Amino acid sequence: MDSGAATRNGGSIRAVVTALGVAVICALLVSYTAVTLRPYYIANLEAERDAQLASILSALSGAAGRISFGDVEMRLVDLDSGAYTDAVDPLTYDAEKAATDPAMSRPIAPELDLAGIKRRPNYAVAYIQRDQSGAVRMLILPVYGVGYQSTLSGYLALSEDANSVLALRFYEQNDTPGIGARIQDPAWEALWPGKLVFDEDGNVRIGVARGSVAIGSSDIDYLVDGISGATRTSLGVHGLLRFWLGESGFGPYLARVRKGEG
Amino acid sequence: MANRAWKTLTAPLISDNPITLQILGICSALAVTTSLDTALVMSAAVISVMALSGASVSLIRNVLPRSIRLIVQITIIASLVIIVDLVLKAFVFEMSKRLSVFVGLIITNCIVLARAESFAMRNAVLASILDGVGNGIGYGLILVAVGAVREFFGKGSLLGTQLLMTASQGGGFEPLHLMLLPPSAFFLIGVIIWWIRSKKPDQVERPEYGIQEEPGGDG
Repeated sequence: MDSGAATRNGGSIRAVVTALGVAVICALLVSYTAVTLRPYYIANLEAERDAQLASILSALSGAAGRISFGDVEMRLVDLDSGAYTDAVDPLTYDAEKAATDPAMSRPIAPELDLAGIKRRPNYAVAYIQRDQSGAVRMLILPVYGVGYQSTLSGYLALSEDANSVLALRFYEQNDTPGIGARIQDPAWEALWPGKLVFDEDGNVRIGVARGSVAIGSSDIDYLVDGISGATRTSLGVHGLLRFWLGESGFGPYLARVRKGEG
Repeated sequence: MANRAWKTLTAPLISDNPITLQILGICSALAVTTSLDTALVMSAAVISVMALSGASVSLIRNVLPRSIRLIVQITIIASLVIIVDLVLKAFVFEMSKRLSVFVGLIITNCIVLARAESFAMRNAVLASILDGVGNGIGYGLILVAVGAVREFFGKGSLLGTQLLMTASQGGGFEPLHLMLLPPSAFFLIGVIIWWIRSKKPDQVERPEYGIQEEPGGDG
């Protein structure tokens, strides 16, 4: 009997068993923590989302008179027809969840999928503020899409013409800190107000330029400067705006708003 | 016995400090010390990871085959760091956003693996916990000192409370913007190392290469 071989054999079995044991215990601990703490994390994200929505509203309150969060109406929009629908309660509607449910979403053809989201939910929530006569004064639309290494989620606020931008704010992103994450910088956010979504022929022109917008070009009304060093994140923002404001996104809905059917 | 435990806990604070003597963990020390509160939370995260990783590695040190010890240590450390990251995300969300990737990078902080490999693999559970906590506090001390100096001179505040009115707020204090940039942490840690080594000359390393004497003389 070669005792050296037996020890080596026993050694490798012991190595496998120990490694397996450690891996299983670690996996259990991590999963248990993740599952237990997930509700807190989601609550934080939702608070962040509400805070962004509230901050868009308060940023605009100077221009549009006194606005409080309570004045804003939430409506569910059927994205295909652009009409309001009461199919689901907008307060409990979860667009992210709906996008993974075959009954509540549909796949996007790859050539149309500018936001990189693969499936688009059938409904989306629009936040609408009206003046005394009931006409739309401000629209806030949720937008999301893939950036460099994370999903960028934000709100776009449009004025009553459903064309000029009041603000664009991202409440969630995990792109590179200090580079792509600069889409949340106040300085970059300040580039958006006043940009137009559509040109006179109704084409979606809004977006992010590669580098700076050329001086004297007509793009200056529609595009903001890209973030240097963050080409993929800038392209992500560009794509998600083109998608969500285009025909597959809120396009039909915005057309209705412009006709006064908002 | 109690004396030895006390020494295990306190030696890494100044005389065997992981940052100033062993020059480990510099990367995160530069990144999270722009203000005092991030430095404090990061220190707490590192202390808890080090205490728990010391305990777990020490617990399995007798059944752990040498051939796979490093990968097992890293697995344990990585799991602990993920758990700490999740806890921060759940309970101090704003802070975890400011610390961003640097909590996750505790996994690659050499101090944690170094203590697991060199101490916890050879010592009992309690001693390993003390060693982990001591090294964590040693790391934290430097972080907190650098963070306090950077926030005070960079923004005129401490823990977010404005102590000196800056010029833009109508006061007479001109903030040193350099303090908010990563190189300032290098200078400050350098100054701390200089100060410690002037008090404890035994920490000064002997030069590995002397200046070569020119053999010819006047060439």
